Amino acid sequence: MADITDLQYTAEHEWVLVEGSIATVGITAYAAQKLGDIVFVDLPAVGSTVAEGKVVGEIESTKSVGELFAPVNGTVVESNDAVTASPELLNSDPFGAGWLIKVQFTELPELLDFDAYTALTGP
Amino acid sequence: MTDSIPTNASERHSPLHDIHVAAGATFTDFAGWQMPVRYSSDLAEHHAVRTAAGLFDLSHMAEIWVSGRQAAQALDFALAGKLSAIAIGQAKYSLLLAPDGGIVDDLVVYRTGDDHFLVVANASNREVVAAELIERAAAFDCAVLDSSDDFALIAVQGPKSFEILARVAGVDITGLADLKYYRSTPGRFGAHDLLVARTGYTGEDGYELYVAPDAAAALWAAIAAAGAGTGLVPAGLASRDTLRLEAGMPLYGHELDLTTFPVQAGLGRVVNLAKEGDFVGRAAVEAGPPGGARVLVGLRSDGKRAGRAGYSIFDGDTSVGTVTSGALSPTLGYPIAMAYLDAALSEPGTALELDVRGSRVAASVIALPFYTAPDKHQTAPDERKENHG
Repeated sequence: MADITDLQYTAEHEWVLVEGSIATVGITAYAAQKLGDIVFVDLPAVGSTVAEGKVVGEIESTKSVGELFAPVNGTVVESNDAVTASPELLNSDPFGAGWLIKVQFTELPELLDFDAYTALTGP
Repeated sequence: MTDSIPTNASERHSPLHDIHVAAGATFTDFAGWQMPVRYSSDLAEHHAVRTAAGLFDLSHMAEIWVSGRQAAQALDFALAGKLSAIAIGQAKYSLLLAPDGGIVDDLVVYRTGDDHFLVVANASNREVVAAELIERAAAFDCAVLDSSDDFALIAVQGPKSFEILARVAGVDITGLADLKYYRSTPGRFGAHDLLVARTGYTGEDGYELYVAPDAAAALWAAIAAAGAGTGLVPAGLASRDTLRLEAGMPLYGHELDLTTFPVQAGLGRVVNLAKEGDFVGRAAVEAGPPGGARVLVGLRSDGKRAGRAGYSIFDGDTSVGTVTSGALSPTLGYPIAMAYLDAALSEPGTALELDVRGSRVAASVIALPFYTAPDKHQTAPDERKENHG
């Protein structure tokens, strides 16, 4: 699990870990907690092209359905089969084993840093 | 991620609010009340009720007294059931019908004395039920009093409910060990009166305790303490909804509304056409719903994606109905839903499709309820589906 203060964030409650040209994407603990127990995750296929801001997947809890937005333009190089098999990983370890997809990108859009995201969700 | 994160805009707080905050609850708006939707995990809370016990705050529910020499006759006229026929200490699931046969609310009525009945209505229908009861009782020698603000309501639900309730410090409940399903009994908690009923909305054995608001926090704490080591957990409205759905119990505003006749919802037995005298809705119910009226069915679908309220149901290319409630069943492991369909499609085994956000998912009609508690003792078959929102 990465240090959450080093991650970047979106206003849609996703986190992004940038390593070279690969962005690892997940949802924040705040989002997971608000959704409740997550019981179904639908992720884009490896090799698919994703566009920043577009819906690329679904996250369902017992009570509601959330959409997964691509935070960057690029190509999905890996998707986390462990979370599709065990969606509860999103609740138990959202910043670690609950990561969702890895996207190869060419250009990184402007994202929120930890302080800016924390200001968004409140204390 | 997304915009489906709930907002908290409502104002009314339960007398147990501070306890819920201290327990880390997430809140949701429910009929103008801020009520706990979950404390930690709604799945864990659901499973706790099925295997041990859950502690629910239902203080948002409406309690209305109908009292007086002709209270029973007034209720026979006002409601669909024959309330004059129930004994002191008995409870009855009933309906308040509109003159045209639609359902204004579903309720539980407790007879606490010859001339005393407590009507418990859904929080969202408090005002309309109180107003209707006042109007319908006007010609009778009785008084209708909306006492909702005088009651907190705490439910203990699950197979260990009796074991827990029997050892709550400071609680003395008359005849608890012999209290049967859909029966109530008076009790005491310190200096406070209790009304304890073996009723619930989870499909499990359990009890509901009506108590003065200023005693609610101490009672909650005493029950929680008595439940230590049994697996009792505080449980929120999210788990209550999946529990009642598995038990095939209707929720007002989803399965029941002003456009639905009781028979369509499988509640024909709740309407007592044999009782003497007129009652509101009688003529309409005797005439029956319009030809071709849809009926409530259970659906089981494939995969893990639940059909949720509002999703369309297809028979081939034809839209044949809409889901009223649905979830991935925590107990059963597959998606379940309730929906209104044409009678011709209501036979168990009928193959249909759900439109889950643009994807077709195979579903089939199955009998309600989806789940029945394995060892729910003292439950008469015709009472099993009696319930309340």
